[in-house]
Formats: sequence, C-alpha cells, structure tokens
Amino acid sequence: MKRLLSLPPLVLLIVSLWLSACQPATAPTPPAAQPAQPTAAPATSETTLTVFAAASLTDAFNEISSKFEAQHPGVKVTFNFAGSQQLRAQLEQGAVADVFASANTIEMNNAIRSELVVSGTQKTFVRNRLTVIVPKDNRANIQSLADLARPGLKIVLAAPGVPVGGYALTALDKMNQQFGATFSQTVLSNVVSNEDNVKQVVAKVQLDEADAGIVYTSDVTPAAAEKLTAMAIPDKFNVIATYPIAPLRAAPQPQLATDFIQYVLSGEGQAILQKWGFIGK
Amino acid sequence: MIKPFIGRVLVVAASAALLLYLIVPLSVVILRALDADLIEQFAQPTVAQAVRLSLLTSSISAAIVVTFGTPLAFRLARRKVRARPFIETLLDLPIVLPPAVAGLALLMTFGRRGLFGPMLEALNVSLPFTTIAVIMAQTFVAAPFFIRSAQTGFAGVPHHLEESASDLGANHWQVFRRVTVPLAGPSLLSGIILSWARALGEFGATILFAGNFIGRTQTMPLAIYQAFESDLGSAIAIAALLIVISFVFLIILRSITRGRLAHPML
Repeated sequence: MKRLLSLPPLVLLIVSLWLSACQPATAPTPPAAQPAQPTAAPATSETTLTVFAAASLTDAFNEISSKFEAQHPGVKVTFNFAGSQQLRAQLEQGAVADVFASANTIEMNNAIRSELVVSGTQKTFVRNRLTVIVPKDNRANIQSLADLARPGLKIVLAAPGVPVGGYALTALDKMNQQFGATFSQTVLSNVVSNEDNVKQVVAKVQLDEADAGIVYTSDVTPAAAEKLTAMAIPDKFNVIATYPIAPLRAAPQPQLATDFIQYVLSGEGQAILQKWGFIGK
Repeated sequence: MIKPFIGRVLVVAASAALLLYLIVPLSVVILRALDADLIEQFAQPTVAQAVRLSLLTSSISAAIVVTFGTPLAFRLARRKVRARPFIETLLDLPIVLPPAVAGLALLMTFGRRGLFGPMLEALNVSLPFTTIAVIMAQTFVAAPFFIRSAQTGFAGVPHHLEESASDLGANHWQVFRRVTVPLAGPSLLSGIILSWARALGEFGATILFAGNFIGRTQTMPLAIYQAFESDLGSAIAIAALLIVISFVFLIILRSITRGRLAHPML
C-alpha cells in the first residue's frame, strides 16, 4: 500500500510522457456536424439514423437527408463522412451505423467479407467520374493532361487506399496509351501528398497549395468552383466510379435504413444526386 | 500518513485506476504486435521510412527547441520582463490549441498564399509538403513544453549559489554551465523529454501543413493513421515500435543525465 502511495518518479514520468504524447488525433476528415438542416419538429422520442457515407457524397446526402427527415417526422439523420476505407475500418472496429455508402465496390466487398453487410443487399446507387482540378489562378499554367508530367509540379492525390486515389491511379495508367509508357510514373513523381479523403484534395488545391489534383466531377460544386477550375478527363482515360449502398447487418434501425436506401434510389434521390454532379446509376 | 483509512484507500484506488488505464492499452498494443508477423511488418518500407523520418524530425525539432528555448526560458526566469504574463500565455497557447489549428496557422503564414508566401516564392523556397514543414509543425507544438519547464527550473536555482560562484571568479558562461544548468537539470530534462515526445506524436499540424508522403512527410503517427484503414497489423506494429522507442529513449536520457549530475567531471 505504502509503496503505491509513494509512486516511483519514473512511473510518473512515463505517465506524464504519454499524457503529453497522446494528443487527441484531430482527424482531418470533414467534421460530421454539418450546418443545421431544417427538419420537421421532432417528436418527443427522436429516432436517429446513422449513415456512413463516402466524403464525396457530403453535399448531396445532406440535401437528401433534409428531404428524408421532412418525409419522416421524428427521424434525425446523422452522417459520418470520410474516406470509404476509413469508414469500413471504423465499422470493423465496432462503430455502429445503419447505412454504409461506399465510393467503390472494393470497400463494400471488404465490408461484406468482414460480415458487416449481408452479401447481396448492396445496390449500386450512383456513379461518378474523375476530373483534374487546378487552382483558379493556375499559376503553374496547366493547360492539358500532358502538362501534369511537367517536372517540379505539386500534385495532390488521395492515398491509393482511398477510392478516388485508386481510381486516379487507374486513369493515369490509361493515359499511358497516349502519353507514353512512363507518363503515369512521371506524374506520380510530382505527387507531394497522399490525402485521406477526396475533400482534403479539394481543399489543398483551393488553397493554392497544390498545382493540381484529381477528384470526382461531383466535387466541383458551385462553392468549390469559385476557387478552382476543372480540367476534363476524356472518356477514354476516365474511370467510372461505382458507388454501392447497403444496410448494415447490425443496424439499430433496419427498417429506416431500408427506407433511406429506397429514397436514395428513388427518382427524387437520384435527381438530387445528379444535381450535385453525379451520374445516374 | 495521518489520513484516515478510507481516504488512503480512495487515493490508492484512484491512482491505480489511472495508472492501469494508461498502462493496459499500451501493453495490449505491445502484446498484439508480438502476436502478429512482426518481422514481416517491420521489413515493409512504409514502416522503416516512417520510423526513420519520425526519429530524424523529432530530434531536430527538440534540438531547435532547446537551442532557441533555453535563452528565452532563462530570460523569463531571471529578468523582470514586463510583458512576462503575456509571453507566458502566448507560450501556453500551442499546448492548449488543437494541433489542427497550429497546422492551419502555419499554412496561412508560410503557405503559397500565406503571409510570407510571396516572399518565400521570390527566394524559390517552398515549405508545405516538405520535411522542413514537418519540423516546423513539430517545433511549433513542442516548444512550450520545454520552455515552460526550463523556466521553472531556472527560476528555482538559488541566486546565492550563482553569486557565490561568480564571487569565486567564474564568468557568466561558467556560472551557467557549472551551477545553473546542473541545478535546473531535472526540469530541463523533463522539458526535453516532454517536448521531444510531443514532437514525435505530432499529427494534426503535420498532416495539414506538411501533408502525407512516404519518406518525406509521413511520420509514424501519420503512418499509423493510414495503416489503420488498410492494414491493421502494420498500424499495430508501428504503434508498438513507437512505444518501445519512446521508452528506451527515456531510459537512456535519464541515465545519461543522472550520470552527468552525479559525476560532473565525466
């Protein structure tokens, strides 16, 4: 007893060392608390629907959720927007959610393999395409895809494990057909950072910290377009991103989850998605 | 101990609970790492590069902090600086601010569109996305830990001992080196350790200002964060390595300083 009371200084030092080293890791994903959406007056017992969705779906799903809440009084939709790979990892570690919307089939298949989603319940609900973005000023004067291989450029991509990062690598490989077998390699040697989700890539280009980035066409929202310019990637090089959505096996609100997915798949939901730059399923 | 029995039990229980809360998760990481295919994990270039980069940048950051922080801490401790309360509050800021704020602040100052952006560009210098940016981020968040601790240490050195030394013929530098520093030793040491550890664990400011690129800016915390999503085994391996490295470095640092303090001639 007495020995515990006079704690050895070394232990105390270790204790304080880790107290200081273990700073809360401020996750760089966009905050899940989105600007308040007008909802129907909640009933005294409010039901929460938790949706884990790829970062690229932020604007579209926020609008979809407010329409959904209007149609389902008493329901509050809360989101966790992040890279699909991070969402799947969180779910594997025990995070609780009702719906998982991924930006590629790889992470949905991972979720199925981890028994988070019942195989066969996933549905493709929207598609997307890639585009190159440059800051509004375009001081690096990037005028064509070939310019991306210019030495000294600062290109920001999402990490290969992030859906859009994987798609970007595929698109760059396709460009080798026209620009030479070493094109993608040269472009990749210009990459200065591998971000954790697509919105981080958008942010870095908007801040003019990067000369170019590869994101989804849907990421060039009206707000984003004020600070950056999109440079189209021709279809022959482009990649069609397929987004699956599925209810989670351990969903606390399975019926609501199905309702939400149905809304996303409905004409209304699809119209909202297409309004925000996505391609229909 | 004059405390009543219940009081003593509560104190012990609270202490034990907190200690366990800290020790158990760390031990779990180590144990899980031992379970996995460690050799395979550590052979991966991602892990090796992250370790190398972390050790390099945190050591440089600590060195910068000590070099520039010691004079500041000494002045704050000794001279009657008028703006002292303000400076102390300013120095405490990076401790309480979320690291992401530090990262954003550095970006707004040293980024291409930052305050010094045009000037840096004129000098053909670009800081974001470089290893230097990692060091800048680490230095920013870690500096207060050393400076405040060193200040306390210097302030606690009895003046009469320094006066005696200079009366006996020692010049300022000799007084500082042979009297002040050894007496302030424990505070200096804990300050170095804390700031070094803070630099090693830095994440938020790094990922915002320096970005994430293997070998150049992906320090161990960033590597853990990325590996968590794709390869949990890798993340655990890096985390375990971080724990062990910190522990070993701590022991070495303490034994060196204890040795120096005991045998100043060595």
